[in-house]
Amino acid sequence: MIPAAFEYVRAHSIDEAIAHLQQHGGDARVLAGGQSLIPAMRFRLARPAVLVDINSVRDLSYLRASDGVLEIGATSRDSDVERAGWIGDRRWSLIHDVSRVVADPVVRQMGTVVGSLCHNDPSGDWTTAALASRAEVVVRGKAGARTVPIDEFLVDSFTTAVGEGEMAVAARFPKPDDRTAGSYQKIERKVGDFATAAAAVQISLNADGTVRAAGIALSAAGPCALRVDEAERLLVGREPRDETIRAAADAASRRSAPQADLRGGVDYKKHLAGVLVARGLRQALARLGARA
Amino acid sequence: MSTEPKPGGSLGVAMKRKEDPRFIQGKGRYVDDISLPGMLHLAIVRSPYPHAGITSIDISEAMRVPGVRAVITGKDLEAAGLGWLPTFHGFDKQMVLAIGKVLFQYQEVAAVFAESRGAAADGAEAVHVEYAPLPVVTDPFAARTDQVILRPDREKKTNHIYHWEVGDKDATARALRTSPRRISQRIWFQRCHPAPLEPCGCVAQFDAMGRLQFYVTSQAPHVYRTALAIVTGIAEDKIHVISPDIGGGFGNKVPVYPGYVCAIVGALKLGRPVKWIESRTENLTSTGFARDYHMDVEIGATDDGRMTALHVATTADHGAFDAAADPTKYPAGMFGIVTGSYDVPAAHAEVDAYFTNKAPGGIAYRCSFRVTEASYAIERAMDILADELRMDPVEVRRKNFVRKDQFPYQSRLGFTYDSGDYQKALDVALEKIGYKELLKEQTAKRLRGELMGIGFSTFTEVVGAGPSKHFDILGIKMFDSAEIRIHPTGAGIVRTGTKSQGQGHETTWAQIVAEELGLDPQNIMVEEGDTDTAPYGLGTYASRSTPVAGGAIAMAARRVREKAKKVAAHLLEVGEADVEWQDYKFQVKGVPAKSVTMKEVAFAAYTNMSQNEPGLEASYYYDPPNMTFPSGCYVAVVDVDRETGEVKVRRFLAVDDCGIIINPLIVEGQIHGGLTEGFAIAFMQEIQYDSDGNNLNTNFTDYLLPTSLETPHWETAKVTTPSPHHPIGAKGVGESPNVGSPAAFVNAVIDALSPLGVRHLDMPITRDKVWRAIRAAEAKTALA
Repeated sequence: MIPAAFEYVRAHSIDEAIAHLQQHGGDARVLAGGQSLIPAMRFRLARPAVLVDINSVRDLSYLRASDGVLEIGATSRDSDVERAGWIGDRRWSLIHDVSRVVADPVVRQMGTVVGSLCHNDPSGDWTTAALASRAEVVVRGKAGARTVPIDEFLVDSFTTAVGEGEMAVAARFPKPDDRTAGSYQKIERKVGDFATAAAAVQISLNADGTVRAAGIALSAAGPCALRVDEAERLLVGREPRDETIRAAADAASRRSAPQADLRGGVDYKKHLAGVLVARGLRQALARLGARA
Repeated sequence: MSTEPKPGGSLGVAMKRKEDPRFIQGKGRYVDDISLPGMLHLAIVRSPYPHAGITSIDISEAMRVPGVRAVITGKDLEAAGLGWLPTFHGFDKQMVLAIGKVLFQYQEVAAVFAESRGAAADGAEAVHVEYAPLPVVTDPFAARTDQVILRPDREKKTNHIYHWEVGDKDATARALRTSPRRISQRIWFQRCHPAPLEPCGCVAQFDAMGRLQFYVTSQAPHVYRTALAIVTGIAEDKIHVISPDIGGGFGNKVPVYPGYVCAIVGALKLGRPVKWIESRTENLTSTGFARDYHMDVEIGATDDGRMTALHVATTADHGAFDAAADPTKYPAGMFGIVTGSYDVPAAHAEVDAYFTNKAPGGIAYRCSFRVTEASYAIERAMDILADELRMDPVEVRRKNFVRKDQFPYQSRLGFTYDSGDYQKALDVALEKIGYKELLKEQTAKRLRGELMGIGFSTFTEVVGAGPSKHFDILGIKMFDSAEIRIHPTGAGIVRTGTKSQGQGHETTWAQIVAEELGLDPQNIMVEEGDTDTAPYGLGTYASRSTPVAGGAIAMAARRVREKAKKVAAHLLEVGEADVEWQDYKFQVKGVPAKSVTMKEVAFAAYTNMSQNEPGLEASYYYDPPNMTFPSGCYVAVVDVDRETGEVKVRRFLAVDDCGIIINPLIVEGQIHGGLTEGFAIAFMQEIQYDSDGNNLNTNFTDYLLPTSLETPHWETAKVTTPSPHHPIGAKGVGESPNVGSPAAFVNAVIDALSPLGVRHLDMPITRDKVWRAIRAAEAKTALA
């Protein structure tokens, strides 16, 4: 398990990193936490000619709440989110749940939220949570920064809207109001395994108990994390009663398009998608003190 | 429970492991820590095909990779007479590097020697091999038809390797025919892998004297030395095998692997030391797997649950070569233990082994040669019998147990069980787990449609191979040995033919010596694994260290004591006949006030020995009179999630009887470790091949090792029936939890699913499998 030969450069600023990326184009890869990239290189599944290490870029490691947005810098670790002071606030319950089940505790010490979004693994956790939270990604290139909604950012398996010579510098999660809660439900064979199935749920209630907004997404259910629009539409404007939850769960099951693998067959995983969405909704409602 | 070591009275003390400070501080010395001047690195080119002819091998590009010094292929080795390697029990041979064709995916095809590990890996990638794919046979039942002959190199043109049987075939068939009740079930113990955290590896060097210095991850260094002498033709005195610290073996480090031969050939050819350390993928895909037994079990019984007969016919998948590491006369190992803890009046067991296009192996993964397969089969089948009879599985077991007064018990399949008290272990377990309350809870839950299960496994093992009249490897009898030297100050050293891979020998061996000689175990050094210094022994596997080497240590210590007695007589100024060993001291018979300690005697043995020969040392080669038969009663309690198929192991209790315990802390640790492996086998682990022969579990993403987060909380208890024939009454414990636990887990899951009419599922019990079983049952109910 020895990687093919590669060059390594350490960037000290975003501009320097982008200059390296511009210079080497498609042969270069950004090294942040390296928790997916390095194993892929050791198996020689990834063979970048140049690694641009951004861990020494000082202004990339931050969690910043401003203007109703939580911004997570490109070198902020999963464990930074897991341990953030405000993470216990129920409005962040989806992100809190995810931050505790990404890979394993050792990986979370190094792995980054933005890196996970950029990796865009079909079984990713952060990508799924980002969909349910309607997050955005800030992408920088030579010409400056642009902000890409997550639905446009996630293009295909292991492919994102980040172009050659560009890098993602931050993820932006809209700050939910105080009648919002979420839940992340994941079934895995063991800690650190990719999800057999996972569902991210975030709902906001109106004062009358009807659903104001809903975000529902699935992991390991297609080429990349998948939004279940139908389930979201079913919920919005309605009281989240049992039959509505069941209908949303059924929509998730139908929408799920997983691959059979050692974790389970297609029918099992489709079934799980529904079970997990229902469980997620019930837990989110319980967190809001509402009853399904 | 005392935890303080003290001179004398060391047996049964939960002394902390002497080796742990070194390991905890990262100061262990493993093979990969060895770096010799001028050392080259070896990387192996492996086949992507499971069965294919080799059309050509082009090494020219590899030789141009910077740092690559040599590439060798099967043809080179064949020319040197090293093309094939005999397997341990001597019935087959194995290619070192592929000759003419490959027989399994990841088979060794070429060896690349280079200045660095990276250069060796680059070189391996640059070797171009052209293959002509051949039809693939992955199923032993398909292999049985002989439509494709996998091993035309063998004299007999068949995929059938051997037929082995034991017991009375006719009587068993008759008894089965006339039994009022019968069950039959095919039970598969899936192919799994020991997956030690440290993979296999070696460093080979020919020193200035032309002597082979061979550092290797071997559980049996002396056997390696002899095997290397036979294979390479190097005189055995010119081979020095050193097993440094080993990071887990579990049977995986018993066989001699092709990489070792390549490293030695490279060191000889290039005149430089060569290191080979395999990757995780190489370890999982090419080194000794375990199990893969398809067992057709039939039991006959009376209406009230007395067993009348047991028949087991096994189809064994051995992969491409018969590299199972079994004693010569036991191609199917100790599978005859399949009657388990039960007094079955008629029994017959047979095993037919076949070649397939899979990795070779069939090693004893933390078990004494196929004991796990046998124990799983009988313990699973007992539950099926109980289900058939609508009886409590506990009662069916109790009814058929070998009774305490039947020991030594002669089993119908050829073993003489030394001792045990199965009823007592069961009683302890039922009491401690609260069986009655659990049954009440289960009844209530079933009324609510909830799935809760209780599973038992009341197993008996046969370990400690073994008596010389039955057991040998390469013709060498399976004794073991110990040499003890006591230094003038009463400290000492003990060397044995075994090799710890985590079992704690540095502590337990010292405790045995200390117990026998009244010395401080902290000052008894233990040395193993160096064939120049350690006495010849067959190594550590099959739970044989304590039953065999442990016996040798106690006997060698008693020889030391005999010698010391002469010196003591001199010091006490009496005749030897008037000296007795009492309370860990020598005293004048009946006069405790007139005594000398072993420490005083040791000093005198070097300073004031009178007419006695100076020094204080002895050795003993121990040929055990019988095997030992550890046993236990394990109970698992599980809850099954109907929606997701998830199984939660709520409780697990292990009641073990391993005879006299040397160190309870180490025994507890062994049980925890083995249960965790058993848990993994029951729920997670399988080396799976698709129908094209591709290995699907090539790393720890797909071959799962549980972490502390998945692993249940283990509860333990003990029952003690000393082995009557072992010098200190010990039986061995390292493997009991791996042998006994899979059936308890599976039985609990099936018990949970039994209201749905589920009678059996093969391991690993995955969520997908459980969900499918539930869904199928619900569909059936819906139709009815």
